[in-house]
Amino acid sequence: MLGRVNRPGNTGAVGRGTARGQTPGLIEAHELTKRFGDKVAVDHLSFTVEPGRVTGFLGPNGAGKSTTMRLICGLDRPDAGTAAIGGLAYHQLARPLATVGALLEARSAHPGRGARNHLLFLAQTQGFPARRADEVIDLVGLRDAARKRVGGFSLGMTQRLGIAAAMLGDPRVLLLDEPGNGLDPEGIRWVRTFMRQLAAEGRTVLVSSHLMSEMSVTADHLIVIGRGKLIADASTQEFIQRSSERSVLVRTPDPARLRKLITAEGGTVASEDSADGVASLAVTGIAAPRIGELAASASVVLHELTPRVASLEEAFMELTADSVEFGDASAGAGGANRGAR
Amino acid sequence: MTAAQAHSAAELRTAEPAGPPWHGFGRLLQAEWTKIRSVQSTVWSLLAFVVVAVGFSTLIATVISHDWNAPGNHPNHAELLADPTAVIFGAGLGLGQLAICVLGVIVITSEYSSGTIRASLLAVPKRIPMLAAKALVFAAIDLVASAVAVFAVFFISTAILRSHVSITLSQPGVTRAVIGAVVYLTVLGLFALAIGGLIRHTAGAIAIVIATVIVVPPLVGLIPGTIANHVHGYLPTVAGQLVAQTSQQPGDVTSGWQGFGVFCAWTAVLLAACGWLLVRRDA
Repeated sequence: MLGRVNRPGNTGAVGRGTARGQTPGLIEAHELTKRFGDKVAVDHLSFTVEPGRVTGFLGPNGAGKSTTMRLICGLDRPDAGTAAIGGLAYHQLARPLATVGALLEARSAHPGRGARNHLLFLAQTQGFPARRADEVIDLVGLRDAARKRVGGFSLGMTQRLGIAAAMLGDPRVLLLDEPGNGLDPEGIRWVRTFMRQLAAEGRTVLVSSHLMSEMSVTADHLIVIGRGKLIADASTQEFIQRSSERSVLVRTPDPARLRKLITAEGGTVASEDSADGVASLAVTGIAAPRIGELAASASVVLHELTPRVASLEEAFMELTADSVEFGDASAGAGGANRGAR
Repeated sequence: MTAAQAHSAAELRTAEPAGPPWHGFGRLLQAEWTKIRSVQSTVWSLLAFVVVAVGFSTLIATVISHDWNAPGNHPNHAELLADPTAVIFGAGLGLGQLAICVLGVIVITSEYSSGTIRASLLAVPKRIPMLAAKALVFAAIDLVASAVAVFAVFFISTAILRSHVSITLSQPGVTRAVIGAVVYLTVLGLFALAIGGLIRHTAGAIAIVIATVIVVPPLVGLIPGTIANHVHGYLPTVAGQLVAQTSQQPGDVTSGWQGFGVFCAWTAVLLAACGWLLVRRDA
């Protein structure tokens, strides 16, 4: 189903769609700023998106994710700053659809037009052969609906049509704004596999979402924004680790001695509960193996020793809550994560 | 980067779609043609235009012919003899042109209402070539449909009236007027398209175009005085329609082709404004 797509047009020219000396497929946003009236939607946002991995673009609703993507694609003009793909602004791309595929909003096709004709006219603008329209229709599994009018499509089918349009030029850069919207669980799994495969092929994949759980299984790297500002830019693993304090659950019948040992090592202990003479402690500041060693050296009996990792969802809530509550205080957290890259 | 990744990246670079540099305006014409023909509302609007124009003209010609000898009809005869095309075209094309106005508007506003504009501008981010291709393709379709309608109206109406009055293309000014009607309707479509591109909302744009074409001219015409008379004469469609007259009438401020030039100037300015805003506004 996800077989490699035939490439349209001639092949051979190297680096078309890339400025001299630039990394092909690298997305760079530099101090991007966009205001709508007196509301700042995107606020001096700088980041890069590397090829070869899925980069999740996270933020609560209204954080500026869609606007940022529209700025990258030149649909909106920034009030300040620049966005470049392979060193070129979007409008400088020779054949934009052969470099960048974008799924920005589900509704971008005329309801009275057939799905194939929508893809056909897009292919024609780039000089792609008409069979490309059929190829991408097959790619997203819309063959049976190819001649049907888009107005009769479900949201999921519309989304697939959008993905087909994005794949038309077999681009090395993909910008997908909430691609899972409207898809059923099978469709969501399909999109996830699809994105992972595109990244594995060396493409740049930037995918926005407000669903952390989805990103935790899809994205290798995360760019988190809140109120148009960068909050975090880190690998998914790093993000979870750094965004949330990790604790270890320890159950022991001898809490007093263990507590002493742990605090002597610089850890902190919080009692959670105790039952039948066995206390549950939440230990932070010391990793589980070290707690085990300390307990063994002092012959303290442990009934349980479980590292507890915060979910991405929790990490995200914590970060964005920060940004909402303290505004500029979030810059510290973002800075720490950026420093860790 | 692993060896496998390096390999796939190299593969991507060499396999980058190339072909000639992106200067193919012909591709954009082809794409705009696909857009227009693949939406049923285009076909229906064009059909409505031809049917309304021909049907209404036939009705009027039949009524004139039937009542030819009715008492008190002589002023109509004089008008018909003085300016045959104005009478023949007046009713049918006057009504049919509204379909052209609507079509010109929706050719561009439907892109905004449906969101197609985003797909279009992602494909043609320089934007102006897209507008130029759209205008050219629509003008060509409009020209063909107008030619069909105008010649059908002319030949059917003159055939109906033949027993009373002979009107042929060889008479002075008649061919000019027939061709004038075709080009007027063609430019009218572009005029509507430009306003559609400026307003970007179907209902609002149609209201403005219809007002400009049929509401404003008679109201301005009511204002007395030479200044008002000149303002009236230079209104887009008032000036533009003169070219479809057989001969110059006493109240006309300009000649037929001059008036058509005025109409073209209005349209060119509006199209330029449309393009200027297209590249500056967020899509």
